[in-house]
Amino acid sequence: MNVTLRVWRQANAHSEGRMVTYQVQDVSPDMSFLEMLDLLNEDLTVKGEEPVAFDHDCREGICGMCGVVINGTAHGRGSSPVPTTTCQLHMRSFEDGAVIDVEPWRAGPFPVIKDLVVDRSAFDRIIQAGGYVSVSTGSAPDAHANAVGKQKADRAFDAATCIGCGACVAACPNSSAMLFTAAKITHLAMLPQGQPERHLRVKKMLSQHDAEGFGGCTNIGECAEVCPKQIPFDTISQLNRDLIASLFKRDGK
Amino acid sequence: MAVTGLILIAFLLMHMFGNLKMFIGADSFNHYAEWLKGQTADGGILYPILPAGWFIWIFRVVLLAAVVLHIYSAVTLWSRALAANPTTYEAKRKLAQTYSARTMRWGGIILAGVLIFHLLQFTVHATLIAGAFEDNPYKMVLGEFSIWWMVLVYAIWMVAVCMHIRHGFWSAFATLGANTSAKARAILNGCAWAVALILYIGFMIMPVSVLFGWIGA
Repeated sequence: MNVTLRVWRQANAHSEGRMVTYQVQDVSPDMSFLEMLDLLNEDLTVKGEEPVAFDHDCREGICGMCGVVINGTAHGRGSSPVPTTTCQLHMRSFEDGAVIDVEPWRAGPFPVIKDLVVDRSAFDRIIQAGGYVSVSTGSAPDAHANAVGKQKADRAFDAATCIGCGACVAACPNSSAMLFTAAKITHLAMLPQGQPERHLRVKKMLSQHDAEGFGGCTNIGECAEVCPKQIPFDTISQLNRDLIASLFKRDGK
Repeated sequence: MAVTGLILIAFLLMHMFGNLKMFIGADSFNHYAEWLKGQTADGGILYPILPAGWFIWIFRVVLLAAVVLHIYSAVTLWSRALAANPTTYEAKRKLAQTYSARTMRWGGIILAGVLIFHLLQFTVHATLIAGAFEDNPYKMVLGEFSIWWMVLVYAIWMVAVCMHIRHGFWSAFATLGANTSAKARAILNGCAWAVALILYIGFMIMPVSVLFGWIGA
């Protein structure tokens, strides 16, 4: 199959970007979206043009490095029948001859480094602000030494699957990173190890979230729709419950 | 945002219920209006806990504070969103958002604008179209809603108000932490639809009845 790409090209953080149109020939429907971009880049390299820069690492949907907005939806969720990362989106999701728009995540706290690559270190700083357990846990404990109820264990695990790709921010009309922050809050709030710092954590992480310049949540729901790991939308209410509870705690005051 | 919004929704439900007294008759409606203002012989609402006539002013101050704080929160959220969105997508496709959720901000501005007209009309009596009403609220309401375009303006305004509530009601509860699961989300959205529809029907049934002469004819 052949496709027409309209790709965001931007030389560096300080230059103006624009959409550039490329034709990509002989694309296999079984190629992933990134393999199709590889094909384009090989072609550009042979022609002596600058290849399109894009982030990627594991290419099996678990690292969170890849992520572009495809035809107006993060990770091309609007073209895919299932929640997906960009690397797990296949070209069979597109028609032969399709025109496909490819853009980087767009949000103030995610500045473009080059072409489709954005700087997501704002997420690292949110995690550094409180997304950890600081007590030493020693070696692996005996099974069931620390019993966790099935419901809470499931919920912690669901939230812990967040790969920090940033699709939630890319999709949010407010450019809010609330789903990302709420996933880590919920993950640690469900487990006994997370309890000592629970109420301090929510304040610190949320303060950092706001300091990074992300917008506020208005419960629109675009984030959970594009999330490749299906982080539940209700984790944001969990964050809000912990935040309200933290008003009645001494932590951080 | 959430707390002030819920206060305003509670007020709207009370306001709607009071309006329905138009169906009972002039005496009932006028007595209710005077009772709220503390002008009845028994001293009105909450008398003698409060001196006669105090309740309505305390009530107005609380509502005004709720509106001001609601707008302040909205402006803060909006400016943060604008600051966090310096560039826009060339192509943007919406997957989950409802029309109500998308129009909260501009819709809010529109309904606040008409609210000013509504207060000038029925509270300050500065923009009464149908003219004199001899201190008779019942006659005032009859006069205003006998004008077809007035009913149309209110019908459109109430669409904006109820759409705002459709997203606002669910969103307020989610902000307060009530969105505990996908099922809870469905229930909250169902309640939001119910409140929005009850308010729309409850508010519009009276002006429509006046227009068609089913009341006061």
